[in-house]
Amino acid sequence: MTQSNTSYASLTSIEAITAGLGSVGYISTQEISTAIYLAHNLRKPILIEGPAGVGKTDLAASMARFLDVPLNRLQCYEGLDEGKALYEWKYGKQLLYTQLLKEKLGEVLEGATGLDAAFQKLTSFEDLFFSETFLEPRPLLTAMQQDQGSVLLIDEIDKSDEQFEAYLLEVLSDYQVTVPEIGTIHAKVPPLVILTSNNIRELGDALKRRCLHLHIDFPEPARERAIVRARVPDVSETLLTQLVAFVQGVRELDIRKRPSISETVDWARTLLLMHANDLDEEMVRATLNVLLKHESDIQGVDREIAGVVRESLKPERPHG
Amino acid sequence: MAEQVLTDFIRALRSADVRVSTGEAIDAARAVSVIGYDDRQQLADTLRCVLAKSPDEKVTHDRLFELYFSRQKTTPPPEQNQAQTDDESNGQSADDLLDLIESGDETQISVAMERAGQEAQIADIRFSTQISYYTQQMMKVLGLERLESNMMDAFRERTPAGEGRAEELIEARKDMFLRAREHVKQAFDTYGAGATELFREEILSDKRITQLDRRDLARMRAIVDKMAKRLAIKHSRRTSRRNRGKLDVRKTLRANAGLDGVPFDLKWKQTRKDRPKLVVVCDVSGSVAQVVRFFLMLVYSLNDVIDDIEAFAFSGRLQNVGDILEQEDFTPAMDRIINTVGMSSTDYGQSLSDLQTDHWNVLDRRTTLIVLGDGRSNYGDPRVDIFRDAASRTKRTLWLCPESPSQWGTGDSEMLRYQPHCGRLVHVATLKDLERVLDEVLASYT
Repeated sequence: MTQSNTSYASLTSIEAITAGLGSVGYISTQEISTAIYLAHNLRKPILIEGPAGVGKTDLAASMARFLDVPLNRLQCYEGLDEGKALYEWKYGKQLLYTQLLKEKLGEVLEGATGLDAAFQKLTSFEDLFFSETFLEPRPLLTAMQQDQGSVLLIDEIDKSDEQFEAYLLEVLSDYQVTVPEIGTIHAKVPPLVILTSNNIRELGDALKRRCLHLHIDFPEPARERAIVRARVPDVSETLLTQLVAFVQGVRELDIRKRPSISETVDWARTLLLMHANDLDEEMVRATLNVLLKHESDIQGVDREIAGVVRESLKPERPHG
Repeated sequence: MAEQVLTDFIRALRSADVRVSTGEAIDAARAVSVIGYDDRQQLADTLRCVLAKSPDEKVTHDRLFELYFSRQKTTPPPEQNQAQTDDESNGQSADDLLDLIESGDETQISVAMERAGQEAQIADIRFSTQISYYTQQMMKVLGLERLESNMMDAFRERTPAGEGRAEELIEARKDMFLRAREHVKQAFDTYGAGATELFREEILSDKRITQLDRRDLARMRAIVDKMAKRLAIKHSRRTSRRNRGKLDVRKTLRANAGLDGVPFDLKWKQTRKDRPKLVVVCDVSGSVAQVVRFFLMLVYSLNDVIDDIEAFAFSGRLQNVGDILEQEDFTPAMDRIINTVGMSSTDYGQSLSDLQTDHWNVLDRRTTLIVLGDGRSNYGDPRVDIFRDAASRTKRTLWLCPESPSQWGTGDSEMLRYQPHCGRLVHVATLKDLERVLDEVLASYT
C-alpha cells in the first residue's frame, strides 16, 4: 500500500504531515492532516469543499512543495473536455511525418518483391505512427507519468460538465487513463489527487463515493493568527491579534462575501505598509476595500466599524 | 467485535438518512485499521472524512458519533468483552447481576448492559413505542426470572431478614429496570429516531393532500424541501449541449485550417437546451387551494433549476401572483393569495379570457403551461376555445386535477371538455404525485 521508495515516504504519521506542511508555510489542522494521511494510505482522492479563499488550492500547492514533487493543476470550467484535460492527439504532426516519410517509403520498401513482402515490411513500422510521439500530454496524463509521484490538483470540479466528471472516474479510482490510439496507461506512482469544489452544483454520487471528504471552513482565531504570522512575519503581535479579531467579527456580520484568509493576509500587509501599530477606526475605514470586495458590503460594514473595532481591541479571552 | 462497533455505527448513520454504500463501509474499516480506536478525535475526523459527504451529513455524523461512542466509551477494549461473552452464558447472569448491583461497580454494570443489549438486539429498534418491549427483552437477558424467583423465595421465608432481602431485591430490580430503559432509549436515539422520521415522511408524502392535518404542515415543508433538492440534483445539469448529428462545415474548416484543410477533427452542429419555462395557472378556490399550496411550494423551492416561472391564481378573475411569491415569505404570501383571490366563485371561462387579454405573451413555444384545478366552473362557459389556443401556442400543456377520474364530467365539472386539449391530464392527490409530474415536466427540457 505504501511506497517507501518514493517521495511519499515522509507521510509517516499525521503529526509528520502537520509538521511538514508547517515547514512550507501551511498551517494545518488535525482534520486536514488526517484527511491527507488517509488519502495516502487508502490511495483515494480528497474532495475539499468550503467557502472561497480558505486555502483549498493552497493545500495542494503546499503538499507539492512539502513532498518536493511536481504539482499538476487542472482548472475546470464549463466545456472542459478530455482534449484539454487528458491528452491531445497531434494529428497535424502525424500528418506531417507521414508526408515527409512518404519519400523514404520507397527506400524502405526496396528489395521487397511482390505486394505481400511490401506489406510485411510496412507493418513492422506501423507502431511508429501510433506512438507517444504524437501524444500531447495534458495535466491528467502528465500526473500519471511522473516517476517520483506528484500532486494532482483538479480545481473547481463543480464548474465542469457532468460528462467530464464521469470521465474522471477512471483516473480517480484506478489511476489509469485509456488512450484509444495506444492503450491503457497506468500511473507509475499513483499521484496524490486533490479535488476542490465551491458547491456551485451538486456533484454526482459516483464521484463522491470515490473520494474522501474534507470540509475546510473559515479558521479559528488562533489558526488564522498563525497563518497571518507565517505569511507576514513582520506584523506585531498586538496588531495581529486585533486585526484577526476584527476580521472574525466582520465574518459574523450579514454580508455578501465574507473576507477570506487571503484577504486577511493582504490586509495585514496593507496595515504594515501604513505603519499601523494599533487598529483604529480611521485606519480601518481607509483600508476596508482590501478586505471587502462588494460596495454594498463596504457600506454595510462601515456603519458597524466602531462596534467591531471596539470589540476587537478588547484583550483576547484565553483560548477563545 | 471491533467490526461490530463500526458496522453498528454505519447502521445508525444509515437510519439517519446518511447514504453509506458497501464500498464506503469497507473504506471506513480500512481507514480505521490505519488510524486505530485510540484517539477519539482522530477517529471522529477519520469517519467524518470517509462517511459524510455533505455539510448536512457531517452534522448528522458528528451528532451520532457523540451519541454512539459516548455509549461505547465505558466498555472495555473489544477483545476482553468478547472473551466475557464467550465464557458466560445467560443462565448464571442473575446471580452475577445481583453481585454486580451490590458491588456497585459501574464499569461492570455497563458492560453487562452492553452485552444484554446486544443479545436483545436493541439495534433493531425503530419506533419509540418499542422502548418498553426492548427494555423487557433486556431484563430477560439480564436474568429477571432468576432475580424474581429469588425475591419470592426470600418473601416466603417470612422472617425479617428474608423480607429485608426481598426489599433489597425489589430496589435492585427497579434500579436495573431504569438502567435498561436508559440504555434502550439511547439506542433508540442512535438507531431509531432518524428512521422514525423517515418513515413518517414516507407516510405523509403518500397521504392525500386534502386529508392532511394541520400539525403535519410543518413537516410537509421539510418533505417538500427534500423533494425539491432531489429534483434539483436530477435536473440541474441542463446547460450541456446535445449533438444533433449534423456536420458544422464552417466550424470544421476553421478547426482544421492548421491541418491543411484535411478534416481530421470534425465539428458537429449543436444546440443549447431550452431552460424550463413554466406558466402555472392555479384555481385557488376551496378544495383545490391546498394542492395548489404544495405545488407552488415545490415549484418555488426549485428556483435553482427553474428560474422562469409565471404564476397566476384565480377563482373569479385571474391575477399574477409571481411577484408576491418571489418577494415575500412563502407561507404568509400563499395565505394571503388564497384569502384574497380565492374568495369569489370559480369562473374558468372568465379567468381564461383574462389570461388571453392580459398575459397572452407569456405563452410561447418553450413554455409548459400547467393548469391546476378541478374544472368546476359553476355552469359558466368554460371557454374551451381559449384553452385550445393556449395549448397550441405552448410546448406542452398539463392539467393537474385533484379530483379522481370517476368524478370528471359530473355536476358542473368541465374536465371532459378540456381533456382533448390537454397534452396530459393527471389526477394528483399526494405529494408524490406532484413530484412525479414536476419530474416529467423538467425531463422534457433535457
